[in-house]
Amino acid sequence: MGKTTYRDALRQALSDSMTTDPNVVLIGEEVGRYGGAYGVTKSLIDEFGPERVIDTPISEPSIVGAAVGAAMSGLRPVAELMYVDFIGMTMDQLANQAAKIRYMFGGQIGVPMILRTQGGTGRSAGAQHSQSLEAYVMHTPGLRLAMPATVSDAYHLLRQSLAQPDPVVFIEHKALYATSGELDDQTPVAPWGKAHVPRQGDDLVIVTYSRQLHYAILAADKLAKDGIEATIIDLRTLNPLDIDTIRTHVERCGHAMVVSEGVMTAGVAAELAARISEECFDFLENPVIRIAGEDIPISVSPLLETNSVPTPELIADAARMMRS
Amino acid sequence: MVQKATTPRKKKPGRPPKAIATGRNDMPATEDLTAMYHDMLLIRRFEEKAGQLYGMGQIGGFCHLYIGQEAVVVGLQSASKPGDTVVTSYRDHGHMLACGMDADGVMAELTGREGGYSRGKGGSMHMFSREKKFFGGHGIVGAQVPIGCGLAFSHKYKDEANVCMTYLGDGAVNQGQVYESFNMAALWDLPCLFVIENNQYGMGTAVTRAAAGPALAERGSAYGIPGKQVDGMDVLAVREAGLEALAHCREGKGPYILEMKTYRYRGHSMSDPAKYRTREEVDAMRKQHDPIDQLRELLIKQNVKEEALKAIDGEVKAVVTKATEFAQNSPEPDPSELFTDILLPVSAGTAASTEA
Ligand SMILES: Cc1ncc(C[n+]2csc(CCOP(=O)(O)OP(=O)(O)O)c2C)c(N)n1
Ligand SMILES: [Mg+2]
Repeated sequence: MGKTTYRDALRQALSDSMTTDPNVVLIGEEVGRYGGAYGVTKSLIDEFGPERVIDTPISEPSIVGAAVGAAMSGLRPVAELMYVDFIGMTMDQLANQAAKIRYMFGGQIGVPMILRTQGGTGRSAGAQHSQSLEAYVMHTPGLRLAMPATVSDAYHLLRQSLAQPDPVVFIEHKALYATSGELDDQTPVAPWGKAHVPRQGDDLVIVTYSRQLHYAILAADKLAKDGIEATIIDLRTLNPLDIDTIRTHVERCGHAMVVSEGVMTAGVAAELAARISEECFDFLENPVIRIAGEDIPISVSPLLETNSVPTPELIADAARMMRS
Repeated sequence: MVQKATTPRKKKPGRPPKAIATGRNDMPATEDLTAMYHDMLLIRRFEEKAGQLYGMGQIGGFCHLYIGQEAVVVGLQSASKPGDTVVTSYRDHGHMLACGMDADGVMAELTGREGGYSRGKGGSMHMFSREKKFFGGHGIVGAQVPIGCGLAFSHKYKDEANVCMTYLGDGAVNQGQVYESFNMAALWDLPCLFVIENNQYGMGTAVTRAAAGPALAERGSAYGIPGKQVDGMDVLAVREAGLEALAHCREGKGPYILEMKTYRYRGHSMSDPAKYRTREEVDAMRKQHDPIDQLRELLIKQNVKEEALKAIDGEVKAVVTKATEFAQNSPEPDPSELFTDILLPVSAGTAASTEA
């Protein structure tokens, strides 16, 4: 397909899915005429009409709840939450309804819906519009969780998510929308649930996802100049978690670091570090290092904001320490 | 079958009728009018400057300008009493200035600097002043409404003759928590004035595309809350409606809803495709209904001299210039600020602490 942006790849995935499956509907605030707060759904309303691209009132719990009901009755709703920071408002519908319905009803029915949203720092959006709340989702059994880092995955992970039988929370990163890259719309880098390994080295493994993938790559480039060769794992999905790929590489390298923009305490990085420590204990030469967001809210001050989350320099410094 | 409610249900006995036409019998003194003119103009000029600074890259992130809506907050503040509290959403610069907060501190917060009200941590959407009874600055649409109920509850609990003015937008009225708050406020007769600033749009969604049912002023009818629609471009109409509604709340008769019909001239925030309305619509509003022009004309009719108005222009300009310089010269927050203001040190846990 050629060069495109993360934003356009997402739109292409929605458009292609809507073309092939008439049961796919988009529902959310400003997804129609406005084209989405970050422009992802731009012009889809012209392509598919207001019956399938549905502008809603500002009513997050009911947007998600309506998606649950629609999904239970044969539709494939893609609900949009403008910011992941609003997930708290919808948490009952997500955690007590969407996540529990298959189980509570003895496996008779599922909730094949997607909740698309975006999170992360990078736009001076302040404490209520910059968080990385994937741990809330990962902490809830019954929810799938996908977090695309690349243009290719913006397309393929979304299409793969639309093929899942269960609710998928799909978290984009606000700082990635304008990034561009090659998109081959026929070939995903990996199937659903499998991690991707964009770089292989023997000295340490960096396990990451979403925007931090790009920071890890920058750090690895620097480390290579110092003679440290890193393997980088882009998890792509946090549920399912591809522990096999992690294990393979950690056993090979003996040093592991996990990098996440979400806060450190009881976060995704904590979970990953615990899993690696348990499953690869005999192969580890150091304790697993967690690089994660500080346990603080995010400021609007760009200076404070940047220092709230991992940076390429921080990742590289930690890797050097680990290997020295 | 449930009948669609097109008219408010029966109100509890003892409540005043929805619209009390009092006429313009209590025209404020000229000096009060010029004070309102000053305050509206200050907000206008402050916001214009904020827009410019944004364009120059000195303000980042969100910046929701209040231009066009000045009469709402200025009219209501002029009707309020010392001790009354205010809580609102992210479109808050006008509210803060009208509450008497310092323009320097507001502007410096917009630029994310140490001299800002939140010391660069909150930004445009998140500021607070205990002294001026301004309780924020909230970015989650609708979340300020229950908080307003709590503030009103405090007024009542402490036997203060004060009211909490809880502002929300025409988009926010569709949040469920707003109705939980309406119910509680009515159930407990809380001194809460809900001010719906109906500027006709959420981000890009016209109110008619988002809100079912009759006028937003009637959204409290199921709970017996009186509501009234007001021309929010006319500062005197706002003031008069405010006086009446605040008196109702102050007398212990419970909450009241004022729907202010107003208009925002600028985009929702600073990146706005501006495709959801026409240029002509915006121009017509500006030309025919501008709240500042309207008051200016009235002042001239009341024989206030051009020079006096010019003097106000100059005064306002000086305040904005000073605020801008302050904001530009205020240092970036110190990196050590990253870890402050999250929690206080733990207390020994021996007595209930009232420190907030
Ligand atoms: C819970 C929540 N949902 C969505 C948003 C994004 N958003 C911010 S402002 C806004 C529109 C609000 O419109 P309205 O209540 O009319 O207030 P106005 O901006 O017109 O002052 C939206 C959708 C948000 N901040 N919080
Ligand atoms: Mg509005």
